[in-house]
Amino acid sequence: MNTYDFTFTGTHLQALGSGALYWPAQALLCVSDLHLGKSERIARRGGSQLPPYETRDTLTRLSGDLDATGARTVICLGDSFDDLAAARSLSEDERLWITRLQAGRRWVWIEGNHDPGPIEFGGTHLADMVHPPLTFRHITQPTASGEISGHYHPKATLHLRSRAITRRAFLFDQDRLIMPAYGTYTGGLRSHDAALTDLMRTDAHAILTGPNPMQIPMPR
Amino acid sequence: MLDRAADPSLLLIAPTGGGKTLAGFLPTLVELAEGQHDGLHTLYISPLKALAADIKRNLRTPVEEMGLPIRIEDRTGDTSQTKKKRQRADPPHILLTTPESLALLTSYEDAPRMFAGLQRVIVDEIHALAESKRGDQLFLALARLQTLCPTLRRVGLSATVEDPNAIAHLLAKHPDPCPVILADPGPAPDIRMLVTDEAPPWSGGGAKYAIPAVLEEVKKHNTTLIFHNTRAQAELYFHNIWLANEDQLPIGIHHGSLDRQQRERVEQAMVGGQLKAIVCTGSLDLGIDWGDVDLVIQIGAPKNVKRLVQRIGRANHRYNAPSKALLVPANRFEVVECIAALEAVKADALDGDPRGPGPRDVLCQHILITAAAGPFDADALYAEVTTAGAYSALTRPEFDACLDFCATGGYALRAYDQWQRLQQRPDGKWQLRDPRSTQRIRMNIGTIQGTDTLKVRYKGRGGKPLGEIEEGFAATLTPGDTFLIGGQIVRYDSLRELTVQVTRDASKKPKIATFMGTKFATSTQLSHRIIEMFQHDSWPDLPRHTSEWLTLQRKVSRLPEPGRLLIESFPHDGRVHTAVYGFAGRNAMQTLGLLLTKRMEETGLNPLGFLATDYATLIWGLDPIRDPAPLFEIDALRDGLDRWLAGNAVMKRTFRASATIAGLIERNSPSARKSGRQATFSSDILYDTLAKYDPDHLMLDITRQEAMRGLVDFGRIEEMARRVEGRIDLIELDRVTPLAAPLFLEVGRVPVKGLAEEKLLAAEAERLMATAGLAPASPKRDWRVPF
Repeated sequence: MNTYDFTFTGTHLQALGSGALYWPAQALLCVSDLHLGKSERIARRGGSQLPPYETRDTLTRLSGDLDATGARTVICLGDSFDDLAAARSLSEDERLWITRLQAGRRWVWIEGNHDPGPIEFGGTHLADMVHPPLTFRHITQPTASGEISGHYHPKATLHLRSRAITRRAFLFDQDRLIMPAYGTYTGGLRSHDAALTDLMRTDAHAILTGPNPMQIPMPR
Repeated sequence: MLDRAADPSLLLIAPTGGGKTLAGFLPTLVELAEGQHDGLHTLYISPLKALAADIKRNLRTPVEEMGLPIRIEDRTGDTSQTKKKRQRADPPHILLTTPESLALLTSYEDAPRMFAGLQRVIVDEIHALAESKRGDQLFLALARLQTLCPTLRRVGLSATVEDPNAIAHLLAKHPDPCPVILADPGPAPDIRMLVTDEAPPWSGGGAKYAIPAVLEEVKKHNTTLIFHNTRAQAELYFHNIWLANEDQLPIGIHHGSLDRQQRERVEQAMVGGQLKAIVCTGSLDLGIDWGDVDLVIQIGAPKNVKRLVQRIGRANHRYNAPSKALLVPANRFEVVECIAALEAVKADALDGDPRGPGPRDVLCQHILITAAAGPFDADALYAEVTTAGAYSALTRPEFDACLDFCATGGYALRAYDQWQRLQQRPDGKWQLRDPRSTQRIRMNIGTIQGTDTLKVRYKGRGGKPLGEIEEGFAATLTPGDTFLIGGQIVRYDSLRELTVQVTRDASKKPKIATFMGTKFATSTQLSHRIIEMFQHDSWPDLPRHTSEWLTLQRKVSRLPEPGRLLIESFPHDGRVHTAVYGFAGRNAMQTLGLLLTKRMEETGLNPLGFLATDYATLIWGLDPIRDPAPLFEIDALRDGLDRWLAGNAVMKRTFRASATIAGLIERNSPSARKSGRQATFSSDILYDTLAKYDPDHLMLDITRQEAMRGLVDFGRIEEMARRVEGRIDLIELDRVTPLAAPLFLEVGRVPVKGLAEEKLLAAEAERLMATAGLAPASPKRDWRVPF
């Protein structure tokens, strides 16, 4: 497993190439914006019939990260399901799969704007979770400190000579860390979008996901 | 033409500008002259909006002069909504339109009423449509119209082509016959290469060197069309020609990225005889009547002979005098290409490839369009579709797979039973589950794959619109950057609501706009002529500078030979470059690039990317090829073909195009783009997901077929390998060779996403961190971010 080790508000963390965040001292794995059931929701609303395989792909990757880290606590940082109906529409196989992943672990569902209500899966459902010195919530707050959030699906572009490479990315400064989206069918928001540059301090950094996660000053 | 007016279908082949369009309308005018016909009588379809507008002008004049009671209107993307609505309620006698607008018309429930009474359909410039999916869509729409109006007669108008019967097969209702009328080809064209005192450069695409000579020719003629192969080249040339235009000759510019008002102004000035010359691209390529054009200048080598002949037809067509054209090669390789093209024109050797069966992505779109118009019967639709020539061999299982895709998505995992797009009614007919989806289907009509573009305007309230640029290009601009559009240098100011705001700029050197132009493929026939030319001991027919260039190539390296494969390896710009001169045509050279870079990746040579021309593949990367023979073993190349094809960038690009046409991916609407990219995700993800979980899915099958049609050609690689039989000459040099220099100008670079990319990425990340005054980033456990 390729990881990138860094320190955020005095806490040693690992950014995984898959877009998950691991906190070794707590054996805690955090993933954000899984958007499970997205293809179903799009079809239900009269849109395209996309290949209906994103839930199993996302769960396969999550399962791989759980095996590799041996995490004892899992935090899904909101927008875990594309909407509440999508959560109910998962196939029996997929429900069992989630239950298997949860077995023997503490599992926390943080509410997101896509999945604001209770869902029928085991685990704890919370609006946010404080685990000093860190706070986990879906959307960052102006007063953030030691806060880990998702929602924005950040991605960052690095210009090499003659080509530009764009990857999903973690963004962090001394107050907040914004997680990349983990779900297979998720797009990204460029780090130089005003929504992100307004949020992040000028000395913010980005960690690009991919085979070898790496850190750069946040492109803006 | 009048003698054959009753034929159910008829193809008229005449050289460009032979007055064939008016001939096509004659029976219509005769039949309408009585004033007895109510509603739509004749539908005229052309590939270009401009052409429809032009025909409207040319047709109305005689009709009004003769006082005929005939209403003529056009309908294109530029027509106002009010007018479009009125046309559906009260159609004119003659409607001039494009394939996309026609497809849209057939998607309305009231289509049977609107087309009731339709007698004739005229397809203009059918040779241009027949080459593309736009044609396939049109012929499917004609099959629909024929069902609505069984007595419909079809006329096709075509420029000179190599195989008229192939086009007749597409035009006629299958299996009905389609007679072909060949008009007198007229006097042989007068085509020469413009020989200048100054030598063309070794490489470079602008032909700037020839501007004084071109201006001299412009002065000597009434009106000159100056054709370019890409829009960016046309912009740059227009800019440069005005810098040298000391006599202030009135010269305009015309290409597809310009704002409509700008284009119309140029068109009107042209018709009014106010312009001495127009710098243009393919948007002026088709038979628009441009008045007194007596000279056509082609800048850059004509990539295929057929197009050259059709372009030349633009000149002097009113006077039955020979067409006059000048070729201006932009660099020395193009001198060779131009000479080969001239020989081909002399030998009357038109070229072209057969197109193969009708593409199924277009069929999927057609099924959805049919559903938008109302419930349909699958048996009847299948019977109707197979009356289109391109789809005459379509099997019922193939059709059913497309229908299933439109209805359920066609996945092995039956996930959408509840949310089918099409549902079967108790009476067996298919209909849309949700009537609101007609809106989405109509938004998605068309087969042209435009890259997303942004409008460009001068800054300020009501700033003048200038045209459009690619979104990708706009994303690379930072405030203060300059680029060319509409012949003006402008400075990028800001992006507001999807409009690029610019200000005037007085500087002389712009950052060039890289917006798309059409990319032509040179025919293999030309390639063979060129390699034969290379075998001569000397080249007395070539200009001296070019024969010296070839002599130099022979001295520092060697010239490609039939039966051998020449490979040059040299450093350039910090990368190892390898040029493989296969002369197998662009598709094959592109396939070779894909296969070679894949094998290089496996053997640790760290390739970064490649580009393909009709003659050569140029690969760049971090490490040189030392032993080429194993890389070219044909069995190994073939064994890996499927595996390689699956993961490469070309397949993903093809998938994106086909999936958009078939309605799996929706075109980005402006409102979706405005909300940012967060909600949308790349089509590459869909491709990867399908390939992993549903490798037999219809969309992947279509993608493979379309890639084989357009971009990939393994057959010619095998032929090349047989020709070469391991006789490979690898020459290592310390710099770019004369023959390789022109390759660096080519567009269409294909990136290789492999280890080299990761290496470069890591190096750049380290550099950025160091620049920011931070310790080099290294994935060590004890590393701390210093705040």
